[in-house]
Amino acid sequence: MEYVLIFIAAVFVNNIVLSQFLGICPFLGVSKKIETAAGMGAAVTFVLTISTIVTFLVQKYVLDAFGLGFMQTITFILIIAALVQMVEIILKKVSPALYQALGVFLPLITTNCCILGVAILVIQKEYNLLETVVFAASTAIGFALALIIFAGVREQLAMTRVPKGMQGTPIALITAGLLAMAFMGFSGIV
Amino acid sequence: MEKLKSSLPNMLLSLTVICMSAGAILAGVNRYTSEPIAWSKAAALEAAIKQVTPDFDNNPIRDAYKAVTSDGDSLLIYPAVKDGKQVGVAVDSNTKNGFNGEIKIIVGFDAEGILVNYAVLQHAETPGLGAKMQEWFRTEKNNQSVIGKSLAQKSLSVTKDGGDIDAITASTITSRAFLHAINRAYSACKGTAPDSATGATRSTDKKKGESHE
Amino acid sequence: MNKIKILTNGIIKENPIFVLLLGMCPTLGTTSSAVNGMGMGLATTFVLVCSNMAISALKNLIPDQVRIPGYIVVIATFVTAVQMCMEAFIPALYASLGLFIPLIVVNCIVLGRAEAFAAKNGIVSSLFDGLGIGLGFTLALTLLGTVRELLGTGKFFGFSILPEEYGALIFVLAPGAFIVLGFLIALVNKLRKA
Repeated sequence: MEYVLIFIAAVFVNNIVLSQFLGICPFLGVSKKIETAAGMGAAVTFVLTISTIVTFLVQKYVLDAFGLGFMQTITFILIIAALVQMVEIILKKVSPALYQALGVFLPLITTNCCILGVAILVIQKEYNLLETVVFAASTAIGFALALIIFAGVREQLAMTRVPKGMQGTPIALITAGLLAMAFMGFSGIV
Repeated sequence: MEKLKSSLPNMLLSLTVICMSAGAILAGVNRYTSEPIAWSKAAALEAAIKQVTPDFDNNPIRDAYKAVTSDGDSLLIYPAVKDGKQVGVAVDSNTKNGFNGEIKIIVGFDAEGILVNYAVLQHAETPGLGAKMQEWFRTEKNNQSVIGKSLAQKSLSVTKDGGDIDAITASTITSRAFLHAINRAYSACKGTAPDSATGATRSTDKKKGESHE
Repeated sequence: MNKIKILTNGIIKENPIFVLLLGMCPTLGTTSSAVNGMGMGLATTFVLVCSNMAISALKNLIPDQVRIPGYIVVIATFVTAVQMCMEAFIPALYASLGLFIPLIVVNCIVLGRAEAFAAKNGIVSSLFDGLGIGLGFTLALTLLGTVRELLGTGKFFGFSILPEEYGALIFVLAPGAFIVLGFLIALVNKLRKA
């Protein structure tokens, strides 16, 4: 039951993009088409889950064990950068098809702040390993969901007439604001 | 100076040196700031304890002990002692029932179990709605205030649930959670307080405490 | 390019938020009040100035193929130092900015300036570039924070201007951040063209 609550909270109530403001750059950058949005969402889900597990274990067994808490940010970002590289190399070898689909998004992920953000959040929330996995995966699903919905809205938006000054980013941001308002409706259910 | 070539030894050496010096710098900064960090945390806690308890002359943080609540959890209690007599306690309480997760508060009771004051240590409630709890429950207006209430007879609850405390407008969930944290604090300090006169109410507290779950 | 030009370039012509559209996460996440926005802006400015200078000084010692990890470590060092100093000396601001302080590491602005400017220019120019971009960022965050605070709670830097009942709470919450920033960017676009 607790895991279901973590899932619902991470996907809907505290949606990483629309209420925590993490991962805005890809949210605005790669949301012009549903297919690219889905690709980015899948790549983030993949990397986020793996990297959070690794950083969690490193925090528990290396940083905490040796009293190196102050090295947290450096260690985490290096792990994430290295992991993204590794995933890229492995994907290329093992599954060229998947690499074709996700490859272009992988380099962008290192500077996606929701990866580092979630890695730090699970430490702050003092989750155990299983909770960490559930939280990371559901946060990523929440990210993908927001991204795909937003891409769908923007595809429609591209066909409407928008006042000149509002074209491009401004109208996208206002749309995101309305979407965030819709997601506020979920608050309080957990 | 020539730019270093991207040969393997160069790359390894350069990254190692950068990481080592980064580690050394941070270790230095950490050593320099760890004392002020600990100090400012202790000062904030001490200020909160002072705010919620009657005058004391002991060191409540050093004398702190754990106590069990009616729902089986345990909370940290800071006893306030003056001239060798216990004049009250500050209880470090929390609840996970908040609108946006955990709320941490510190609540003070005097020796008779009257609520002296409270301070909100940490919360993630909505600004302008639930976040109003920081002032709401000590404002003397209608039935908002919890200051001076005795929890010996019955635990606190909002008027909607048949209690006598006015909930924050449009923030019943936060208000319920807040009172839940206070009731938990009371049940913890009653479970261990040396005062036997109010000990008899423990069982009723227990029932009320559970009805909030 | 003289130093003043480098400085104003970052504040106005290449303003990171309104023109380059970089670093959106802290922009939206920390501007629920003007003071928070300004604190976040100044912390980022400090990191930008330090990392720009350090990277400019070290640029010849870092081989090209590993420059990104090298830069990231340098940036993360300064970010952690800022984080610890903030926790020690201004704990209230540290508590309200929370997670966004360590996340300065992944702020595209900082790495972007390291790559685009500091890696090619001298230490003094890099200092002014960091300062200019940092101040432009701070300005944008403070402006956004001020508007949200005023519309949401009727306050200006914590001082009540309008009675609280006139505030539309939505502007302090998440949706307001997106909407206010959208309108501000539209306004800046309009002004730039005029």
